[in-house]
Amino acid sequence: MIAIQVENLTKRFNGLTAVDNISFSINRGEVFGLLGPNGAGKTTTIAMLSTMLKPTSGSASVNNFDMLKNEGDVRKSIGIVFQDQSLDEELTAYENMDFHGRLYRIPKKIRQKKITELLELVELEKKKNNLVKTFSGGMRRRLEIARGLLHEPKVLFLDEPTLGLDPQTRNHLWEYIEKLNKEKGITIVLTTHYMEEADRLCDRMAILDQGMIIVLDTSEKLKEEIGGDVITIKSLEIDHLYSKINALSWVKHAEPHDDSVTISLQNAEKHVAEIVNLASVNGIVIDSISIHKPTLEDVFLHFTGRTIREEKSSTKDQMRMMHRMKRG
Amino acid sequence: MDIVYAIWLRYVKRYLRSKSRIVGSLGMPLFFLLVLGFGLNSVVNLPGMGQGYIGFIIPGIISMSVLFTSVFSGIQIIWDKQFGFLKETLVAPVSRLEIMLGQTFGGATTSVIQGLIILVLSLFIGLNIASIAGFLVAFVFMLLIGISFTAFGIAIASKMEDMHGFQLIMNFVIFPIFGLSGALFPIDGLPSWMKALTLLDPLTYGVEGIRYGLLGTSQINPFFSFVVLTGFTVCMVVFGAYLFRKINV
Ligand SMILES: Nc1ncnc2c1ncn2[C@@H]1O[C@H](COP(=O)(O)OP(=O)(O)OP(=O)(O)O)[C@@H](O)[C@H]1O
Ligand SMILES: [Mg+2]
Repeated sequence: MIAIQVENLTKRFNGLTAVDNISFSINRGEVFGLLGPNGAGKTTTIAMLSTMLKPTSGSASVNNFDMLKNEGDVRKSIGIVFQDQSLDEELTAYENMDFHGRLYRIPKKIRQKKITELLELVELEKKKNNLVKTFSGGMRRRLEIARGLLHEPKVLFLDEPTLGLDPQTRNHLWEYIEKLNKEKGITIVLTTHYMEEADRLCDRMAILDQGMIIVLDTSEKLKEEIGGDVITIKSLEIDHLYSKINALSWVKHAEPHDDSVTISLQNAEKHVAEIVNLASVNGIVIDSISIHKPTLEDVFLHFTGRTIREEKSSTKDQMRMMHRMKRG
Repeated sequence: MDIVYAIWLRYVKRYLRSKSRIVGSLGMPLFFLLVLGFGLNSVVNLPGMGQGYIGFIIPGIISMSVLFTSVFSGIQIIWDKQFGFLKETLVAPVSRLEIMLGQTFGGATTSVIQGLIILVLSLFIGLNIASIAGFLVAFVFMLLIGISFTAFGIAIASKMEDMHGFQLIMNFVIFPIFGLSGALFPIDGLPSWMKALTLLDPLTYGVEGIRYGLLGTSQINPFFSFVVLTGFTVCMVVFGAYLFRKINV
């Protein structure tokens, strides 16, 4: 059973192609991740799937409703938690929920019952009569998730659900998301640039870069693609080191970066001494060396040639967080 | 209708919670009322106006209060846009028209309440309302001003990215609308070019209608005022709904 089918979806903003001819499908009951750095087109994709934004070309169906022709049905069958906060801070938690319930035309009796139930689920029942402006970031996020579930959507979109939250709150939210998926069978589409988050939650994921899907698979498959282990060597003489290492027969794949070289290989433990020797023979100073099993971070690096968190993105994140704090 | 009510309810709740705004936006109208009213009461002598200059400007000040509050209520959508709340409303399976109408009635309600507060305060400085029917007439005109100018505010807000343009709109649109409306001076006896401007100002008909209701006399036929103001209200609601339909978040 397919929950979402996307065909050749494209969005251009005067000249800039934010989403570039992407196609994929998401199964019912799946947790699907859209991964990518800032500006990759994750939010734009979700905006189109939730009918908030008209695509430049292409089509998609959500719960078997055509995104363009059956806008109303799509809207009724999805829930969404936007990247940026969308609560009314001057209202209480309960009132925010109630407003949502009225917008989705949920009859009063059911509305009241469901609101209580959901506020309990996200552990905000005791705070239901407090104004949202007194809530912490994590509480707001939980409230938004509860609100998105009020009308019992079949698909829930979560745009960077844990951005700017502390590790503990993040863990907590992950548990909710898992629970929703397992117990209620809700299909979940989430975007993130935390690799750890994708690894933990997603059945399958698509890595998006500059509006294009670079690769789409389960995290195991993606890691297998790299094969074996990963050695990361930090040094100031990257080019020199890279040319020496790349010539070695047992190196499956090596790649130079700004201040490091990553090497994919089998049995890294056996070869690491050899690498160190090679470097010292050639007079290359190694700052540090590490061996690990491939992570999604490596997968991203492997497929895009960049790390997901570059300088530019982290400052944008910080600004966004400051913005949030200002609001809070 | 449920949706319109839900949005209206949110507006009114937020309004009732912002005590400082309620009190704050009474400041300017009261200032005008007291300073101009008492300041000019003895100097200005208007033929045919039983209640003196103060009595004459009370309807004008009530209109002012409704006008300012309603435009501001409409423009508040920009806050919703910036604080992200508008997205929550726009992604719901409801029509933009319902959302816009809910906001319009919400803004109209709050602005009429502001106008009524001025009206009640005016009773203490000597306003005598002609009759209950007169009060109801005034109320209808206040409501029309409230609806039309909230819709106007929504139209503006649909085109504005942030609050920066607000001052501009206040200074170059709202103040002139108020100033030219005959809220503070009688229309008869104006130089003809100014009289023409006054008659082009939709608020004039609101002020005159309220004046007829409260004082029992007016310079423009109240029925004519009602027709013009109703027409203007319909136009503004259509205009606001049209622009709101195209709003982007
Ligand atoms: N309304 C818009 N007008 C013009 N350009 C836009 C608009 N919305 C998005 N873009 C551009 O489209 C590209 C994709 O943006 P999008 O918000 O989808 O990225 P994202 O993957 O969600 O990034 P982030 O991780 O920062 O949230 C960016 O280059 C962005 O500047
Ligand atoms: Mg985004």
